[in-house]
Amino acid sequence: MVGEEKRKKRLDRSIKVRTEGLYALSSWGEMAYLIMPRLVLILGLLVLPLILDMYWQRVLCSAGIYALLALGFDFLAEYVGLVCLGGAFFIGAGGYISGLLNAYLGWSPLLSIPIATIAGAVISTLVLLPCLRLRGIYFAIVSFMFPLFSVYIIIALNVFGSTEGISALANLPNIWVEQYLILGAVILSLFALRRLVIEDIGVIFQSIKDNDQAVNASGINITAYKAKAVFIASLIGCFGGAYLSHLYGWLGLSLFAMDFSILPIAASVMGGMGSLVGPVLGAFILTPLSEALRGFGQLRVVLYCLILIGFMVYKPEGLMNYLERKYHQFEHWEKV
Amino acid sequence: MDIVIYGTVNSVIFALIAVGFTLVYGVSRIPNFAHGSIYVLVGFLTWSFVNDLKINYALAILISLTIAAGLGFIIYRLILIRLRGMATSEIIASFAVSLIILEGLRMQGIAGFKGFIGPFYVLQPFIEGKLIIFGVFVDYQRLIIIGGGFAVVTFLWFFTHHTKMGLSLRAIAQDERAAMMLGVNSDKTAMISLSIGSALAGLAAVIILPLGSVTVEAGYKVLIYALAVCIIGGLGSWAGAVLASFVIGFAMKISTALFGAVWESVVLVGTIIFILLFRPSGLLGKQKELEERV
Repeated sequence: MVGEEKRKKRLDRSIKVRTEGLYALSSWGEMAYLIMPRLVLILGLLVLPLILDMYWQRVLCSAGIYALLALGFDFLAEYVGLVCLGGAFFIGAGGYISGLLNAYLGWSPLLSIPIATIAGAVISTLVLLPCLRLRGIYFAIVSFMFPLFSVYIIIALNVFGSTEGISALANLPNIWVEQYLILGAVILSLFALRRLVIEDIGVIFQSIKDNDQAVNASGINITAYKAKAVFIASLIGCFGGAYLSHLYGWLGLSLFAMDFSILPIAASVMGGMGSLVGPVLGAFILTPLSEALRGFGQLRVVLYCLILIGFMVYKPEGLMNYLERKYHQFEHWEKV
Repeated sequence: MDIVIYGTVNSVIFALIAVGFTLVYGVSRIPNFAHGSIYVLVGFLTWSFVNDLKINYALAILISLTIAAGLGFIIYRLILIRLRGMATSEIIASFAVSLIILEGLRMQGIAGFKGFIGPFYVLQPFIEGKLIIFGVFVDYQRLIIIGGGFAVVTFLWFFTHHTKMGLSLRAIAQDERAAMMLGVNSDKTAMISLSIGSALAGLAAVIILPLGSVTVEAGYKVLIYALAVCIIGGLGSWAGAVLASFVIGFAMKISTALFGAVWESVVLVGTIIFILLFRPSGLLGKQKELEERV
């Protein structure tokens, strides 16, 4: 015998079983156990604008955009099985449509943002439609190419302000509207997606991810469902893009920049893939971090990637799944 | 005649770029998104060996290719080996490696390198000069590209069909479990394939880059081209990759001649979408067709 073998044993907390399993809430403690985490997140996000100064308020707005993208990425990757490396395409589609409506037709942002959100999502879905029959890495590869090609096409056709972009778009009324609009969108999409994935349609999405042949064999058109999922994710992304172009009052080729594809992925991996909350949390951690490192220029991207690889290799479950486990379960070492 | 000759050159360039990627994917099922970054890195290393350290050109190329092979080995050993089989993680991790290399190269003033700025980084052609073939000017470097491309493809064919290591690579590609039962080490072959793939990316770089200059953007472009060729040809299919590079190479040259250079990339996307619509598994992609795509 060389030392004693030990293993870690995890057990659900009894309060978890009582609250989540039975839904017979009998005390304030149990209700608090259920509501607290959600309340902390929502109130935390809503209070943030009040305590930050001007500069960080702007950062908060862009963090919100990344959070939306990360949500969409996580939803597509973990719940539908489509790894979309081209989040920038959603931002570009939404941003360009909204910006163009504003610049050419003079529509106010309050009108152009919702229209751009829906029109952008429709366009993104149509563009991705031919590739929806692919899966796994094939889809990832093709979706990765779309933002880059959009840039080439815009330059080639020499439209929409080409390489210079269009500036002096209308801004949103004031900084408070800007902040609460994006935070509201983040909270709304987060909870809507959490609900969606446990509804019937969410179950179909999940099973497409797990075994699409079986879903196909059950007489369900998987391409149609994948298109719906892409539409939902691009709705969220395009809103972020439309909002972004009015936030900066500018649209240009950098709406298709690599940042919009890679930071949300880093945020999702860091926050915990598949938890939906994790990516939001990750985005709200990574964006300020990268803002603080603005002085390093392109080194920021290197940094995200290092964080990304670090989490992927050493902590693949991510922050949120870790916290969730600690919250719901207790662990102790036991002898084997 | 113009189109035929330059189209061929273009196609061979595509084939050279894609062959390393398709080798790695075909053998280990790892989409090596770091392909483009290794291409640029080798170009840059060769440049700085020649110009900063004053090493002989041929020797510099040899050293940077060795470094590329080593890098492929390290990427697999340190990162990808832990993510084997999780397609999402493999893509994201290798893409992250690629970004680290490419964006890292953008930085200025690190370790004595001057960073990437403008058309300053030019590798000289192996042989200067031009030749007239059927009334078209072709410089020697382009002829070297054609020769090199055919040499690489032939070499790889011999390597995978007539050497023990090459056969074990193919065995893993065809049926991993059966190959493992016969004593082929899956991790070792994947490692070897990744280093060969990286070295091939580097080889493509030193042959092709003298035509232009070394830039970071080339890394993304090369990655896209490699992916495009592999998608159109069918991932992991050799003949498909070569065929696809000729399809894309000529399609792009013809469209450039007809409409102008800016339409190149539009044609590329168009070709990809068209092929995906009608043959989702690529021109010659048969391997595990049903399991990979629906």
